[in-house]
Amino acid sequence: MQHIKVTVDGTTYHKEVEPRTLLVHFLREDLGRVGTVVGCDTSNCGACTVLVDAVSVKSCSMLAVQADGSEITTIQGVSDGNDWHPVQSAFKECHGLQCGYCTPGMVMSSIDLLNENPNPTEAEIREGLEGNLCRCTGYHNIVKSVQRAAELMEGAKS
Amino acid sequence: MTDVVDTGTALGRPIKRKEDARLLHGQTNWTDNIQLPGTVHMAILRSPFAHAKITHLDVSGALAMPNVVAAFGAAELGDLNSSVPCVWPVTDDMVAPDFPALAKDTVHHVGDCVAVVLATDAVSAVDALEAMSVDYEPLQAVVNMESAISPGSTLVHEDKGTNTCYVYNLGGGYDEKVKEADVVVKRRFINQRLIPAFMEPRSVVAAPMGMSDEITMWTSTQIPHILRLLIALVTGIPENNLRVIAPDVGGGFGGKLQIYREEILVAQLARKLGRPVKWTETRSEDMVATHHGRDQIQDIEIAAKSDGTLVGLKVDLKANMGAYLQIITPGVPLLGMFMYPGIYKMDAYDFQCTGVFTNTTPTDAYRGAGRPESTYAIERIMDELAAELGMEPMELRRKNWIKHEEFPYTTIAGLTYDTGNYELATARALELFDYEGLRTEQKSRRDSGDRVQLGIGISTFTEMCGLAPSRTLGALKYVAGGWEHCTVRVLPTGKVEVITGTSPHGQGHETAWSQIASSILGIPVEDIEVVHSDTGRAPYGMDTYGSRSLAVGGQAIKAASERLVDKARVIAAHQLECSPEDLDYVNGVFQVKGDPEKAQPLGAVAFEAFTAHNLPDGVEPTLSAEATIDPQDFSYPHGTHLAAMEVDTETGKVTLRKYVCVDDVGVQVNPMIVEGQVHGGVAQGIAQALYEGASYDEDGQPQNANLSTYLIPSAPDLPSFITDTTCTPSTTNPLGTKGVGEAGAIASTPAIMNGIVDAIRHLGVNDVLMPATPMTVWKTIQAAKGGK
Repeated sequence: MQHIKVTVDGTTYHKEVEPRTLLVHFLREDLGRVGTVVGCDTSNCGACTVLVDAVSVKSCSMLAVQADGSEITTIQGVSDGNDWHPVQSAFKECHGLQCGYCTPGMVMSSIDLLNENPNPTEAEIREGLEGNLCRCTGYHNIVKSVQRAAELMEGAKS
Repeated sequence: MTDVVDTGTALGRPIKRKEDARLLHGQTNWTDNIQLPGTVHMAILRSPFAHAKITHLDVSGALAMPNVVAAFGAAELGDLNSSVPCVWPVTDDMVAPDFPALAKDTVHHVGDCVAVVLATDAVSAVDALEAMSVDYEPLQAVVNMESAISPGSTLVHEDKGTNTCYVYNLGGGYDEKVKEADVVVKRRFINQRLIPAFMEPRSVVAAPMGMSDEITMWTSTQIPHILRLLIALVTGIPENNLRVIAPDVGGGFGGKLQIYREEILVAQLARKLGRPVKWTETRSEDMVATHHGRDQIQDIEIAAKSDGTLVGLKVDLKANMGAYLQIITPGVPLLGMFMYPGIYKMDAYDFQCTGVFTNTTPTDAYRGAGRPESTYAIERIMDELAAELGMEPMELRRKNWIKHEEFPYTTIAGLTYDTGNYELATARALELFDYEGLRTEQKSRRDSGDRVQLGIGISTFTEMCGLAPSRTLGALKYVAGGWEHCTVRVLPTGKVEVITGTSPHGQGHETAWSQIASSILGIPVEDIEVVHSDTGRAPYGMDTYGSRSLAVGGQAIKAASERLVDKARVIAAHQLECSPEDLDYVNGVFQVKGDPEKAQPLGAVAFEAFTAHNLPDGVEPTLSAEATIDPQDFSYPHGTHLAAMEVDTETGKVTLRKYVCVDDVGVQVNPMIVEGQVHGGVAQGIAQALYEGASYDEDGQPQNANLSTYLIPSAPDLPSFITDTTCTPSTTNPLGTKGVGEAGAIASTPAIMNGIVDAIRHLGVNDVLMPATPMTVWKTIQAAKGGK
């Protein structure tokens, strides 16, 4: 077992973990942060995407011990309680989700995408979300959601 | 973000979904999130062989591992090793092999369950699998359907003496009628094997809850009600002691229309151990253990006069059952049986289907279930016939389709299509697509010998939805009915519960059902809670599959809501001292005609019904009403889908340049949700055409059973879609709705493939296998060149 200290959605945890524990399992099983989900075992689907020190990471492709000292934001931490992050609002407004299982990862990847490129083209959005699989929407409304989120975030700045 | 809705007009509006707040905030209740005190986690030892005798199994090594509570093989499980049921014996002599939850002495496909370990945490359970001792004697596997039904083939189930599950025939008379034809076109189409790959892996928790003898089971399923019945029947747990809950479910696409061996094992072991048992699959388990879809060989023959008038159609199917029969495995090809004639008039139709066992994962329903296969066959061969006749493919369709004034129309397959307007949907699609412009471009590219050729793919499809009239299901030997139930309750606080028997897993029923109830009750959408997917709170239902939820379940909501207003009217009249006929019901308020100041809102009526201090004689307290609706017939959504396909003739690379679809799904409750369903369905159909295909080697080893190698399209693999709708209301249900869940997936596959073939037909190509990868397309072009 190894000691780690991580801050997740604003709370700092001190925990003993097995070195082989994946970050996503640590979040779900050890911390009960079950908003982040597991969709595959080959790092393809992106459902488990979180922000580690403000950069998107598939939390199944990182060990919990590698996150020692990091600040992690999950879907449960992007807005406070019942507040809405512009990306969350846009996904609702544009019907960018159906079953919602890919949604935590889609939202986190979209936040990262818009941080890097606040005004992406459709092609840039599609490329930027390549690591996140959705089986319900055909991506059409996810692309629209990210475009709408970009407008909302631009509007919030001005 | 509260959406305040003007009541009474909720029906037909693109209201934002109620579901989204929890889904977007990570507050969702997936089954794998459930963690009860004392839970033991199950891990499964699965067969690495497609066909083998288990010559030795000793689970005791696992018991010595840390945190392990128990371990079972078939021998240790004994009488609790229930078999997985099939509820659709399609013929009297259908061959149905035993399908025990844990294989007894022989494994029949890679992923077959051999033994289980239960430990206090999931990681320990997986670790302990390594400590089991198991030996196999590999047997010859049979994977190819035609080999399987050849004389002398290896048998999947030795005791059955055959690999033929059943042979089903419909029709007759084609061979006589074909003599009148001038042209006959024959093709063999392959509908490849697909994996549902819903995003939420399956997960099950079962627990003795302690308040009674009840076992509660949470499971990621589309069918909590059917599952409760079947689990009770196969395990012996009394049905009244079993509660099944499908919490938030992350997609299904037919893949969760099932009773799985893992669900049986978890239920039995929770009972045996007297504590909560939990199992969540890995994705790699999912792709060998969740049922697959499609996998048909389709030999199709179409006959026509020289002017294009259709004479008849002959269909000879081989349908891969896989190693076992699951819930409706043998029935899936028969759901397509009625739809091979599509939207066309003809005088003869012969159908035969042979169900075949192989050493592969069992097949069953996958988005469209039989209808994508039939639509693919008819729409592909209509293009082949057009080419043979030298006709414009849309002209050939127009010449043969049922005209809008000819409805209701009974097809050669025996179904009566109630309504439709193929002319209208097609005209709109052609306009949005710029069909003529693209044909002109196609010709100029062809004339100039452009390396990248353009093809136009057409799919003018229909499907049958609204499963289903119970009598029809009975005639087809399906063991259950097709009704749907709803109870509407107005609580003393004025809030409304709509208790439905449908079970959503992404479709937005909580929103859409609220809209239906709101439009009748006059209560705002946000004051209505849709209760679903819990046999404790919503006891009656037949669940969600086959695009049936609105077409059947929606009618129950309408009927129950209307009955509730009828009961409330009697109470309100008593309170307002008038007769029920003297009341208007406006936006949730009963008003005395001519004196609207004298009024009582529905919530006040509910409170009167609750206190029961002053009810009219003969009226029972509480304000609720229920309805169980058995549809009178199917509904028939239709549409015209068009795809512009570019094919690089030197590399085989295919690009979907433009996709237009105009769907007629009848009356829409929420157009935003309809459009989303179309997008997702179209994407899944495109995925079959271009990307997906589960394959096995000759030993029955899966070649791409994980998400690294099974290519689910991601965002850059698809374009945006151009969608529109027409509305020809269905006349088989009072709301005029049809169903939309499967339409896109049914329509889009042939549109894409027709477009690819159209792009390279001049090179001598008349078919391309799916998925149309660059390699496949390139090889097809090379073979055509070599053949010249």
